[in-house]
Amino acid sequence: MAFQTVVPRPEAQAQSLPPAAPKMSIRKLDFYYGKFQGLKDINLDIGERQVTAFIGPSGCGKSTLLRTLNRMYSLYPGQRAVGEIMFNGHNILHSRTDLNMLRAKVGMVFQKPTPFPMSIYDNIAFGVSLYETLSSRQMDERVEWALTKAAMWDEAKDKLKQSGMALSGGQQQRLCIARAVAVQPEMLLLDEPTSALDPISTAKIEELITELKQDYTVAIVTHNMQQAARVSDYTAYMYLGELIEFGATDAIFVKPKRRETEDYITGRFG
Amino acid sequence: MSEHTHKQFDAEMDSIRTGVLAMGGLTETQLARAIEVLKDGDDRGLLDRIGSVEQEINAAQVDIDQQCSQIIAKRQPAAIDLRMILTITKIVNDLERVGDEVKKIAYKAGQTRDAVRLLQVRHFTATRAAERAGTMLQLALDAFARLDPLAATEVIEHDKEVDVAFAEMLRQLVSYMMEDPRNITSALEIVFVAKSIERIGDHAKNIAEAVVQLVKGTDVRHASVAEIRAEVAKE
Repeated sequence: MAFQTVVPRPEAQAQSLPPAAPKMSIRKLDFYYGKFQGLKDINLDIGERQVTAFIGPSGCGKSTLLRTLNRMYSLYPGQRAVGEIMFNGHNILHSRTDLNMLRAKVGMVFQKPTPFPMSIYDNIAFGVSLYETLSSRQMDERVEWALTKAAMWDEAKDKLKQSGMALSGGQQQRLCIARAVAVQPEMLLLDEPTSALDPISTAKIEELITELKQDYTVAIVTHNMQQAARVSDYTAYMYLGELIEFGATDAIFVKPKRRETEDYITGRFG
Repeated sequence: MSEHTHKQFDAEMDSIRTGVLAMGGLTETQLARAIEVLKDGDDRGLLDRIGSVEQEINAAQVDIDQQCSQIIAKRQPAAIDLRMILTITKIVNDLERVGDEVKKIAYKAGQTRDAVRLLQVRHFTATRAAERAGTMLQLALDAFARLDPLAATEVIEHDKEVDVAFAEMLRQLVSYMMEDPRNITSALEIVFVAKSIERIGDHAKNIAEAVVQLVKGTDVRHASVAEIRAEVAKE
């Protein structure tokens, strides 16, 4: 009897390989909150038009890492990053980086929905008007486009003048995603985007993430490991400021290479 | 393996693991009883016992499968826990089939005890093959209990021996049938015995392959022994 050779699926083969086309390359990244070192020698590639999830226990540095990717930490005195984060050929940690342009290119959505206290329409138009001068017709088109991208248009098209604060939590979060998308970024950073939402709204956001990756590179921090398993292509497990394991999500959740990762994702941690 | 933060999760995983081993113990004992029937032991009492224990094995399969479904629904297991549950659902399936094959062996052996010309095949060739298949089953279950992929690989290697014993039995039976057509009816019954023994070897091999996948995370079901050895040797 002839034995067949097992041909591993491409995802499984890629488990130890970095993404083929990195949108962002992080090298030797250290991060300090004053004297405390929050990130230690992080080396990681974030694949273009892929979803990269960061998981790990509280305080492991995953949100800190996300905040370095668009220099959000620069808003706070005493916080500094050392190393290299290459994005479009530039090290964004360089002091001459235009932070406003960087944050337009690398948008961010936070744990709690943060709509501006203004109409749904203005929530989206406000950010766009900071970077571009559009006619009112062009702005109307942009608002519709962004709300459509965020799977919000059908729900919002008849109440564009209503306050964004009046929406449900899930709708507010999708409004925030529409706002981030409206300035046409290249990358989206999602910091626990569904932790304040009910299961249906969570499912809608997860569905949205899968659609968004057709056009954008997405990095997501989540405490929900099943969510990381569902939505991401690559997963990074972090602990105490270090990157413990990084690989294809298909491999990490079935057969991680490191014992520490296995303990964490199977609930044996701590 | 360290403990889960949820201690109840540990208890549930322990329950399915020990359930599989207990079910394995029942099938091994069943096979030993079937071998006694092959050797013309007290078959009536043995056959009754085999019939009732077979029901226990079936019930164990259903019970363990239900527990696995509950764990998947409640705990969303990942990594080693997920692989353990998937492995266990495969193993209980194989063990249940072993139970069925053992019952067939015992019943067919019982039906052919008057075929004195075929005693040689039943008492020696078939018994030896069944004992080999039993050893494979025992080693496969030991490999599962100890999570030992190397021991599992040895079980996979042993499968060839049972296949060879099956071919030997067929040759002998064909010879008897050609010698005297009056042997044909009983010889055909013993062909079914031989086939069941060969299937038990296959089920033991399936269990061993599942153990390799459980520990190494690689599906080796259609790989050669050399490929499996190479996979097991990897860190």
